[in-house]
Amino acid sequence: MSWSIGFDDISDLARGAAVLGTGGGGDPYIGALLARQAITEHGPVTAVPLDELDDDALVITVGMLGAPTVMVEKLPTLESIIAPVRAMDAHLGRPATHVACAEIGGVNSTIPIAAAAALGLPLLDADGMGRAFPELQMVLPTLSGISASPLAFADEKGNVGVVQTIDNSWTERIVRVSAVEMGCSVMICGFAMSGAQARESLVRDSLQRSLHLGAGIAQARLDKTDPVTRAVDILAGRELFAGKVVDVERATTTGFARGTATLTGADGARLTLRFQNEHLIASSGGDEVLATTPDLIIVLEHDTGEPVTTEGLRYGQRVRVIAAPSDPRWHSAAGLAMVGPGYFGYDVPARRFDGQIFDGQISEVSA
Amino acid sequence: MHIGIDVGGTNTDAVLMDGATTLAGVKHSTTPDVTTGIVQAIEALREQHQFTGPEIQAVMIGTTHFINALVEAKRLAPTAALRLGLPATRSLPPMVDWPAELVDALSARTYLAHGGYEFDGRPISPLDPEELRAHARDMRGHGIRSVAISSVFSPVNHDLEVQAAQIVRDVFAEDGTPVAISLSHEIGRIGLLERENATVINAALRELAGEIVDGLTAAARAQGITAPIYLSQNDGTLMDEDFVRSYPVATFASGPTNSMRGAAVTSGLTTCAVVDVGGTTADVGLLVGGFPRETAGEVKVAGIRTNFRMPDVLSIGIGGGSLVDPETAEVGPGSVGYRLTTEALVFGGSTLTATDIAVAAGRADIGDRSKVAHLDPAFVDRVLARIAERVAEAVDRMRTSPDPIPVVAVGGGSILLPDELPLFGTVHRPENYSVANAIGASIAQVGGEIDKVVAVEPSRREETIATVKQEAVEKAIAAGARPDSVAIVDFDEVPIPYLPGNATRMRVKAVGDLQMDAR
Repeated sequence: MSWSIGFDDISDLARGAAVLGTGGGGDPYIGALLARQAITEHGPVTAVPLDELDDDALVITVGMLGAPTVMVEKLPTLESIIAPVRAMDAHLGRPATHVACAEIGGVNSTIPIAAAAALGLPLLDADGMGRAFPELQMVLPTLSGISASPLAFADEKGNVGVVQTIDNSWTERIVRVSAVEMGCSVMICGFAMSGAQARESLVRDSLQRSLHLGAGIAQARLDKTDPVTRAVDILAGRELFAGKVVDVERATTTGFARGTATLTGADGARLTLRFQNEHLIASSGGDEVLATTPDLIIVLEHDTGEPVTTEGLRYGQRVRVIAAPSDPRWHSAAGLAMVGPGYFGYDVPARRFDGQIFDGQISEVSA
Repeated sequence: MHIGIDVGGTNTDAVLMDGATTLAGVKHSTTPDVTTGIVQAIEALREQHQFTGPEIQAVMIGTTHFINALVEAKRLAPTAALRLGLPATRSLPPMVDWPAELVDALSARTYLAHGGYEFDGRPISPLDPEELRAHARDMRGHGIRSVAISSVFSPVNHDLEVQAAQIVRDVFAEDGTPVAISLSHEIGRIGLLERENATVINAALRELAGEIVDGLTAAARAQGITAPIYLSQNDGTLMDEDFVRSYPVATFASGPTNSMRGAAVTSGLTTCAVVDVGGTTADVGLLVGGFPRETAGEVKVAGIRTNFRMPDVLSIGIGGGSLVDPETAEVGPGSVGYRLTTEALVFGGSTLTATDIAVAAGRADIGDRSKVAHLDPAFVDRVLARIAERVAEAVDRMRTSPDPIPVVAVGGGSILLPDELPLFGTVHRPENYSVANAIGASIAQVGGEIDKVVAVEPSRREETIATVKQEAVEKAIAAGARPDSVAIVDFDEVPIPYLPGNATRMRVKAVGDLQMDAR
């Protein structure tokens, strides 16, 4: 059944999205403000489950591409969120019928809400990855052979571009360069797909899951029960570690901010987190790998369960680290090639949230 | 000699100092008009230790006055928020997330104009002087008396804020209407909304700041003191009168900061955890190199998100007035507060408080000891052990490494703490612990901070860092620091993902001793 996303749902949704952002995905606060502003101006948004989608619907994803640090300074506008959608409509020759989130982690889960409200379109209760990843092509539709292009991008000054590329990695490369030139924060619209394709390639019910997660953490705090345990339950994950951040090292090696955080817990136990925007690998003191991308490695504030971003990691924070399963399709050979530890430069096999090693042969690509 | 004063909600504490030596210390009730309490406190100091006005080289004051004015939404100037950034940022105008009653209390008006920079310093759009003049005329027509100007990426390049300020000033000058202008790059950090919010708060307090400074100056002059007056800032450094008139927002969290700084100077420890126990709460902070560690992210003030400099303080509900559960031996968070002197058992009341426990245990000699003689010693021990455990836990949460860190206890309620704290060992109790905040206010240091995004070429990293550090040093000297005493006390470097050219956010703080004789 379709349901309605109102003004008061946004803070829970944004909190859930920040958790699913696994340390990256950008400041959900700005996205939440934009979504609230759009709902105030245009009314609530209808969220539609994948199962209710007509085969011939025309679905597009909407989001932001660039540096989250820029977005907290040069705030996006609703006009710039809509501009690439209008360009896509013109390019495709017919208007989109539904908006979808490319990722449910971080700011790109709330910007599509703003887009759907401002456009007066329904929003799919689904997303392209079930978490956050740093590059445009890193979505399940890519695995299903859906083209990111034509992809439209726009800045707040009114500049709009549409690219047609040979594959989704090229879309990322070309749009990234343009985004830098346009001030490092652009709005994009792409991955046009039919309803049938959306049902096959997207992660279902992810908005509900995000809302449930954010609300669950808030409610646990009110009930004086443990918010982190609640999050673990909702995510069907496991708590890897509880402790204190005792060291954070950061370096810009490949244009991305990479880093390592060391945590110590009771009885001198240690945990090491390796991150690049998102958390990628969690290993124990003996360097035993406990969990890796593409499963979710999430850092929450010890008592409040408030998500901690990789940029916000600080010496002295008391946190708990949880691992949770990602969509199984990410553990296919093609999925691991795109977002596994190897892609990010780590020569370790992918490990599931429960510590199992996957060789990429087990899962199937389709849902 | 110099005088340190801390004006709290309940007490005005004052000390007379000779360098780091405390010559006299007094506690006085805070008066509704603040300055009367200060005059009385200075007179009380003179009674303890004679001095003449010209002997005083400086008066340092810490006050909660400005933050109270904001929280109570009183005496705020009609304020306009002007943002430069169009066509960007339009959908989220200034004060978008403010509580409605504060917007009303400021009679606030918001304006968007062209301008602003990209992350790399290229303009978003050129300034439009005619647009700004129209906005300024509208402000003037609506009785605005204080203007907050923010511009996108002004921490990278603040030229446009300065230019826009001149245009607004010129328009107001056309018919002689006075106007105060606050610029965001001088107040907050990266994060437009938070920086802008802090700037608007500052603007709203500008008129009050003028009145308060005039009052404080008059109070000191009435005592024959001709020396300059300084107010302490959130980060433990001082600002002079003119700075306070322009940046009252910088005084907001000076209370806990002063306690911590005072604990440092009285205990002789510069890196330590400080537990300040008052009537209702125990506030735990961390001193690193003599300065409080600051919060990393946003801080909400009166319901508004801001990102200016605030000390990182953890408050737990344990103080001298805390209620004690006779069954469970649990303490707080409820407190009798200022009614302690009538409600506690030792004062003839009927409520079991933490103070009663301290008296029963022989740690304090307050009130009538016989009124707590009936308490079971085992129960008293349990309560004290629980307090020690919770304070130790709070200190453990604040410390930044597993290395041992000394703990200093200050404040009237610190009698509740044991001499040994689990995990941490000996608790240091400096002399004059009850007026540590006034001593903290009296410590004469000034600072300069730089926070900006710079492009770091791989081969020139050291050079770039040195340049940014030098800027901070120069800022501290400009603020009144003695050049030979300035040192870098904080440096933080965070590479920014997705930006080209190894963009790195650098934050540097330099601090030095106040040049007392030069002013």
